[in-house]
Amino acid sequence: MNPFQFTRVTTPKAAISAITKERGTYFLAGGTNLIDLMKREVIIPERLVDINKLPLATIEKTATGLRIGATAKNSTVADNELVKKHFPLLSQALNAGASAQLRNMATVGGNMMQRTRCPYFYDTSMPCNKRSPVQAGVDKGQANGPSGCGAIGGHNRMHAIFGASGKCIAVHPSDMCIALVALDATVNVSGPKGDRTIPFIDFHRLPGDLPQKDNTLQPGELIMWVDLPTNRFADNSHYLKVRDRASYAFALVSVGVGLDIKRNTIQDVRLAMGGVAHKPWRLTAAEEFLKGKPATEANFKQAAALAMQGAKGYGENDFKLTLAPNTIVNALKTATKTA
Amino acid sequence: MTTNTKNPPIDRIDGRMKVTGGAQYFADFELPNTAYCVIVGSEIAKGTIAGLDTKKAQGAPGVLGVFTHQNMPPIPGWDAPVGGEADGPPPRPKGEQYRILSSPKIHFDGQPIAIVVADSFERATYAASLVKATYTKQTARTDLRKHVSDGVAPRGEDGGNYSRGQADGYKTAPVTLEANYTVPIEVHNPMELHGILAHWTGASTLMIYAKTQGVNATQQAMAEAFKIDPKNIHVHTEFMGGGFGMGLRTWPQETAVVAIARKIGRPLKLVVNRSQMFTLVGHRPYTVQTINMGADQTGKLIGIAHAATAETASYEDFTEATVNMTKFLYACPNVSTRYRIVRLDRSVPIWMRGPGEATGAFALESAMDEMAHKLNLDPIEFRLRNYTETDPERNRPYSSKYLKEAYQRGAEAIGWNNRKLQPGSTREGDWLVGYGMSTGTFNAFRWEASARALLKADGSLTIQSAVTDIGPGTGTALTMIAHNVLGVPMNRIKVEYGDTSLPKAPTQGGSAIVSAVGSAVFDACTSVKNELIELALKAGGPLAGRQANELTMADGTLSVEREPGKKVAVSDLMQANKLTVIDKTKDSKGGPEHAKYSMYSFSVHFVQVRVNPLTGVVRVSKAVSVADSGRIVSPKTAASQMIGGVAGGIGMALTEEAVIDHRFGRFVNNNLGDYHVAVYADVPAIETIMIDKPDPIINPMGAKGMGEIALIGFAAAVANAVFNATGQRVRDLPITPDKLLRAV
Ligand SMILES: Cc1cc2nc3c(=O)[nH]c(=O)nc-3n(C[C@H](O)[C@H](O)[C@H](O)COP(=O)(O)OP(=O)(O)OC[C@H]3O[C@@H](n4cnc5c(N)ncnc54)[C@H](O)[C@@H]3O)c2cc1C
Repeated sequence: MNPFQFTRVTTPKAAISAITKERGTYFLAGGTNLIDLMKREVIIPERLVDINKLPLATIEKTATGLRIGATAKNSTVADNELVKKHFPLLSQALNAGASAQLRNMATVGGNMMQRTRCPYFYDTSMPCNKRSPVQAGVDKGQANGPSGCGAIGGHNRMHAIFGASGKCIAVHPSDMCIALVALDATVNVSGPKGDRTIPFIDFHRLPGDLPQKDNTLQPGELIMWVDLPTNRFADNSHYLKVRDRASYAFALVSVGVGLDIKRNTIQDVRLAMGGVAHKPWRLTAAEEFLKGKPATEANFKQAAALAMQGAKGYGENDFKLTLAPNTIVNALKTATKTA
Repeated sequence: MTTNTKNPPIDRIDGRMKVTGGAQYFADFELPNTAYCVIVGSEIAKGTIAGLDTKKAQGAPGVLGVFTHQNMPPIPGWDAPVGGEADGPPPRPKGEQYRILSSPKIHFDGQPIAIVVADSFERATYAASLVKATYTKQTARTDLRKHVSDGVAPRGEDGGNYSRGQADGYKTAPVTLEANYTVPIEVHNPMELHGILAHWTGASTLMIYAKTQGVNATQQAMAEAFKIDPKNIHVHTEFMGGGFGMGLRTWPQETAVVAIARKIGRPLKLVVNRSQMFTLVGHRPYTVQTINMGADQTGKLIGIAHAATAETASYEDFTEATVNMTKFLYACPNVSTRYRIVRLDRSVPIWMRGPGEATGAFALESAMDEMAHKLNLDPIEFRLRNYTETDPERNRPYSSKYLKEAYQRGAEAIGWNNRKLQPGSTREGDWLVGYGMSTGTFNAFRWEASARALLKADGSLTIQSAVTDIGPGTGTALTMIAHNVLGVPMNRIKVEYGDTSLPKAPTQGGSAIVSAVGSAVFDACTSVKNELIELALKAGGPLAGRQANELTMADGTLSVEREPGKKVAVSDLMQANKLTVIDKTKDSKGGPEHAKYSMYSFSVHFVQVRVNPLTGVVRVSKAVSVADSGRIVSPKTAASQMIGGVAGGIGMALTEEAVIDHRFGRFVNNNLGDYHVAVYADVPAIETIMIDKPDPIINPMGAKGMGEIALIGFAAAVANAVFNATGQRVRDLPITPDKLLRAV
């Protein structure tokens, strides 16, 4: 780990100006991802700006739903009564992630910004385009170890089956974000050029030719909070995470689902999948198909088949082509209590 | 002590100390003026260092030295090259390490290429990051599966070659089976990281705090390496935060730290990092096995052939007893075994809990289940039809064997009668339910050991032995043994261990310590007791005229059994004889009668699993493990041993695998986030059953070992249960969801 400077800020304005001032400056929230990356020398910051003292740790009701501050801890959000009552999917997804100790430190903003767990990204002696982009431009000067994609033709059991590129097949590892994309969250950010709101689905991006960019946050921008619109899914929500051990493992595939059901007819539904793409993967085609249909296993299977269109395996992860639709069906059955 | 009575469950004597932070592990020791070192590892698996830039590191704050193959202080005991090149490739004798930092050649990924020393751990870590190497790479062979045909018999060994009857007698059987099984690389991954603190207290006197399973072994290794008298080397390892086998030898980096400490003239501490735990302290070797088995329609085994091929390093042959249990576990007229190693560009393996037997049991006990299925027989019934009361390998009796009873008691406890013979026929909601079982066995050893007993006139007793407690509760078991002999109340017994200043003991391993060190404690205490009896019985003594065998000893008092009231307090007896202490040291070992018997511990594991056919997820929902370990000396810590072994077994069965990208020869999951040991949520309540019948031969306590059999066979029980639940047979561990989905 390199020596670095450390400052603590108490206002968003100070945070933004601190990060804009000097290159190589990073926000430090819970530190559960950033510190690991520093130890492995994947990220070598010159300066850390501790944002844990910002007044952004609150969870409050708004006219349209719920507002969750960016520095609220994962465990605080998961245990919050309003969240549990109105957005149980979010609570379940959070509790499916990491371990209790990590959730006690991890924040909402940090969770959204966490990097992929691709082993080639973490080992600076192995090729990775995300860590060592080949293109000049946005992240110029960031090369750190060899470029290329180690996962293509390598160990890619955990990797993407949707939306990958020839440059990168990594997945976004978050559980929380699967719930947030399903629940139509919006993200409020503040930066040197002012404030803006980003629909959650547009927050993360596909790798394309710029795998070094995980998301659409601009330089100097700070995540302030996430807004959740009120919904009718609380009674029929489920987050199903399939993993290699019962706890403390990233998803092979996960599915977040929320439904509004009346007389066994699906009025409205939200479906998203994790562990399958470079971003939280919303299953809109499957949602469209299910709307207005009865909640039956046959329909779930058809929806799952629609969701899988365009999926592609890379060898070790071919099993996800079977696991993903099965998990969709399983999650739908559990959420609709038709299991 | 009489082996006829069961021992009461007592709390771990050091439990409170451990949970309150009082127990000191090697890295907890702080010495004034200590320097810290960090190892820089190779990023390639085979080749030569072309350039090594240490300038920046040398100039970094607090740096006291950067040691590489160019300036490593010599290790006197290593000066004469043993065969081949100084640093290593074959031929090297077994147990000889590669010579760390002695040449630019790279033999495995992570091989130390520099050791950076600084005045703090953080500064050493930073400076280590500034060391930059360039390499001339060669193609590394790291994938055992691609090189099985390169398997050779280990140097100087028969390669597990064994046969009785017809080597391929299985072929003549009406029902035959051939199956291949894989056990991947597993890494011990104890919580505590490996390392050493070395302090030269004089020109040729040395104090070492190490993470070793045997202080005497470390003392001996350092004496040889530095050509000094072992008496001048003091090694201390009282506690270990888990060993599982990785501390069964002295590793080259430990020797290097001792050499550098001498050079810089300061105490020097090394604590490796987690990823280095995958390359510098051994692992369970990747092993592929083939079992051929034949049986007749009545369920009698006709023949078994068991062949194993395991990886080792290019520079050292590591071997283990992978095929051994096949030779003696079942009555079978035609048995052959073969063991081969393939020398790869990998770091050398070492025994990992259950060692080779756990690997072998996965194959043999899976195959037994496969054969039972072919014969349409209950797997327990199949084993009973091939049960043997005598050892068919050596044609002699077992010292004790209660395996039949173990089958029966375990079957009752798990509810074996709920198991359906037909796989895939029990469903609970979305989940398929299955039952599986397997047998485990491991040598019951009694190695040489010594111990000292000091009984004071105030009635307190101190027991001493150099043995290290790697976690099973050695001190607790020794307390119980001393208590049983001398009747001293348990809270007046103090056990001192883990230090070379104490009587010599073997390395903690091989499930042998209760038997070995326990016997020495028994003998030392018996010697104390005999002296007391002599004093009591001698002319003019308080119990004069009675016979030694009429006396009992309890609660600090010697009494005559059939004369109530006729007794003498031990403290009075000692005072009357002006004795402040009775001090006895005993060397202890098994007698010649041992050669007449085969001595083994046995276990039976039963599991119930739930398998989700849609997701391929397997959950162990119930586990019952039964141990035939002779007399159980300390029931509570023995049960803990068993529970720990089963938790390890769940990891072996379902989650553990260190994965290498063979294009680079490097691990891709060398951390505790990605290398999955079983976590609490994976481990159900485990029922442990102790047969608890004394072995009349092995030692005076009648106690056989426990540590290995707790794990041996468990993975097969899970695989067998998964088969019973789903009809899918997974022969490559671990049984992860993708394997079950792929099989659909
Ligand atoms: C062993 C392990 C297992 C894990 N398992 C899981 C799992 O199963 N599921 C899962 O979802 N997650 C898992 N995690 C990841 C964990 O959820 C993340 O590490 C955590 O959410 C990151 O939050 P943090 O506050 O600690 O972020 P930090 O590490 O502090 O920061 C991460 C990044 O976010 C940036 N950042 C933080 N806050 C803001 C903000 N407000 N605005 C802009 N940028 C910001 C930082 O600059 C940094 O680049 C695991 C982590 C570990 C170490």
